[in-house]
Amino acid sequence: MAELSATGGRARPAGGLELYAWLFMRVSGIALLLLALGHLAIMHLINSVDEINFAFVAARWANPLWRLYDWFLLFLALLHGFNGVRVMVDDYVRSPGLRVVSLVALYSLVLFFLFAGSLVILTFHPLAGS
Amino acid sequence: MYRGGTGQWAWWLHRFSGVGVLLFLLIHILDTGLVLFGPEVYDRVVKIYVHPVFRVGEVGLAGAVLYHALNGIRITLLDFYPELSPRQRQIFYGVVSVFILVFIPVAAKMLAPLF
Repeated sequence: MAELSATGGRARPAGGLELYAWLFMRVSGIALLLLALGHLAIMHLINSVDEINFAFVAARWANPLWRLYDWFLLFLALLHGFNGVRVMVDDYVRSPGLRVVSLVALYSLVLFFLFAGSLVILTFHPLAGS
Repeated sequence: MYRGGTGQWAWWLHRFSGVGVLLFLLIHILDTGLVLFGPEVYDRVVKIYVHPVFRVGEVGLAGAVLYHALNGIRITLLDFYPELSPRQRQIFYGVVSVFILVFIPVAAKMLAPLF
């Protein structure tokens, strides 16, 4: 199992890709404080699930800066979550065969969602579906 | 690796909340993707989120994101300022206190339409 620091975080790896992954978790985490908590505040406190519909999304995405915001959020949240699960596979999946299967499934899933999410954010046009 | 105490609790909750938020994120990418199929399809599906069961789920999601964010700040802070580590337990209690202070009004606001 991954070495834990006294705080219950993962101990800082010595170097290589794992060190970059470790750093990415902290840097993306800080960015997501703004992006994810901001998204929750805007969608669930300032607005609410009662107000969110097609017209709401169309009005919001009329501004390219909101698309950019959502695109950053999509990428950072997905990659942050993906790396978290990757560390968990390292921790819990012992059998080498199952590890390969889990990691292939994980990488495929993330690539699919990054592609699908980007497609939605970048190609949405309010008149195209109606 | 078992170390017991607050660090262990913080760690389990961090993993649990992280996996929960990730699962919702995947669902949310799919539901948002329905905007490409026009207003009828999108509006019919996202109306589900107004249902009382989903409002409770919404509160759970907010709690998971909030805890993960606050405990993430704690981990990052202690990683980059190891001199704070003798106070890590107090910092965890700080996380719990801020969580309660923010979560209660947020949950109240989200559940208010049910009453």
